[in-house]
Amino acid sequence: MSTFLLLTITGLGLGAMYFLIASGLSLIYGLMGVLNFAHGIFITVAGYTLWFVESKLGDVPVLPRFLIAALAGLVVGTVFAALTELVLIRPLYGRHIEQVLVTVGLALAVTALVTAIWGSDARVVAAPGWTGQTTTIFGAHIPNDRWIEIATAVIVLFALEAFLRRTRYGLIVRAGVENRAMVTALGIDVRKSFTLVFAIGGLAAGIAGVLYTLYSTTVDPQQGTSLVIFAFIVVVIGGLGSIRGTAWAAIIVGLVQQYANYYASSGLGDLSVVLLLGIVLIARPRGLSGSFA
Amino acid sequence: MKRFAIPAAIVVALAFVPRLSVDLPYVFQGGLNTPGTLELLALCLLFGGLALSYDLLFGFTGLLSFGHALYFAVGVYIAAIAMTRWHWDFWVSVAFTALVGFLLAIVLGAVSLRVAGIAFAMVTLAFAQAGSILALKNPYNWTGGEEGFGVDYHQLPTWTVGILNTKHLYWIALAYAALVFAVVRWAINSSPGHVWQAIRENELRVQVLGLRPYTYKLMSYVLASVLATIGGIVYLLLLGGANTDVTTASFTLTLLLMVVIGGTGSRWGAMIGGILYTFANHRLGDLSSSHAVSSLPSVIRTPLQQPLFILGVLFILVVFFVPGGLTRIGQVGARLDRILRRPAVQEEVT
Repeated sequence: MSTFLLLTITGLGLGAMYFLIASGLSLIYGLMGVLNFAHGIFITVAGYTLWFVESKLGDVPVLPRFLIAALAGLVVGTVFAALTELVLIRPLYGRHIEQVLVTVGLALAVTALVTAIWGSDARVVAAPGWTGQTTTIFGAHIPNDRWIEIATAVIVLFALEAFLRRTRYGLIVRAGVENRAMVTALGIDVRKSFTLVFAIGGLAAGIAGVLYTLYSTTVDPQQGTSLVIFAFIVVVIGGLGSIRGTAWAAIIVGLVQQYANYYASSGLGDLSVVLLLGIVLIARPRGLSGSFA
Repeated sequence: MKRFAIPAAIVVALAFVPRLSVDLPYVFQGGLNTPGTLELLALCLLFGGLALSYDLLFGFTGLLSFGHALYFAVGVYIAAIAMTRWHWDFWVSVAFTALVGFLLAIVLGAVSLRVAGIAFAMVTLAFAQAGSILALKNPYNWTGGEEGFGVDYHQLPTWTVGILNTKHLYWIALAYAALVFAVVRWAINSSPGHVWQAIRENELRVQVLGLRPYTYKLMSYVLASVLATIGGIVYLLLLGGANTDVTTASFTLTLLLMVVIGGTGSRWGAMIGGILYTFANHRLGDLSSSHAVSSLPSVIRTPLQQPLFILGVLFILVVFFVPGGLTRIGQVGARLDRILRRPAVQEEVT
């Protein structure tokens, strides 16, 4: 029972991370039709900024140091995402394949640049001591960082929902997902919301990058790319463009991965996620929420 | 027969390269007939062919797959496993590997072609990722995990083993490139080939004409995958072993880079893109350790040490300014004109 509980909480923690990455991907795809391959770079950029700032603040106590570095990571990740949209995506509006290609090129180039500057080895990030300890609940020793991941994802989910349902910009984004041409015809400059959605996606991915440093206590050039592949799977299972579908899919994928890894055999978790994707596609080609563009 | 004259002449000319002892300073590190240069040239030709097999999907049928690496990896790994772990005869292994590539392409193609466009890209990516994980997890100690494993050279034909036989490997790679070129040429001029190009242009219209795009797309997918599987076997002969690099998503992305840099939907474009990319990827690494570069300030030197950084940036520039690829560089002027005078919002008709 305690093992099951541990697996469930860990699976939810992993799902939380997938949700943070996939929600941005899903929103960007829903609104703009762009599969953003550079999304993993936002994770990498946030993670490396965190590590870099932390290493520059050597004599500050660990908790404020981590918080400052995390904040820096989020700001840089968000700005980087917004700049990506402005500089690389914007000139190619209406040509989806070229936009995808540009994000592919950016992903490869930035990963190579990070490798060139800081090497391909993982760098250790000092996380506040409490996050490395465990809390015992019903006999299960659960690492504390899992709680932070789950709580953050829930907050982001509600914040995103509130933004999309309650604000004027959220309304424009939702309308843009439904019918971009009509929003433009009504005299609203839908391009501003493109940049906005990219910045939000970058922020969410940056949060995921910061949380992943808690989870793994390291940063390396490839981690963003490997996380984003599972986020792609989550997005397809959840149905592109739907935040709630993404949230459900992220939970399912995180749990399936953990359970299969423990109860079947190590390494089978990743494969069963792919199998799950195959089943979902055969049964419901439009994903769980069915709001496929 | 004039249409076949130029490609045939090029193949014959390239076949004589191992007989030339010309030294090309800066371009290659040794004479043309040295094993090092021949190996690099063989890799270039192999990737030229592989890029063209990818372009059959992307450029000619309009299918953006992120899982082409899977079939290449099947060629590398299944052939290596059959020879090394099961001690099968070389030609039996080759036939079995091609069969596996063929059947796998039918099954996975049938599933992933249920979705179109970007979703297809993601699904193929996921399947390729599954293959990559499988190779990493080393089931039954077959794949050798992260490090991969060397093929049992007793099973290989003797004329492909050893540094003195590099010229034979070069000819195999050349034959592979020529084979892909000929097959792609035959396929896209056949009647399904015309349907593929029609699907790329307007899938709905193909449907209205009473054809099933699904069947045709599957044909294109299977053909491209089998060609990639054969390429994997050639790669195994060239490198003498299997490694996980060829299974990764990044590997498919590099194929995409090759095709786009060279020019999509054009046989020569994809092939030249593959050759140029492979050449640059290998030689830029040597260049960065050369004397001229090491004297540069570190701000410039550091990025130059990663060929993928330079190639990624080049790729972005090509997408922006030379959309037809380097083989259609003549159209740059018109393209710049379009960017500078683009309308406020370009909406696609849906």
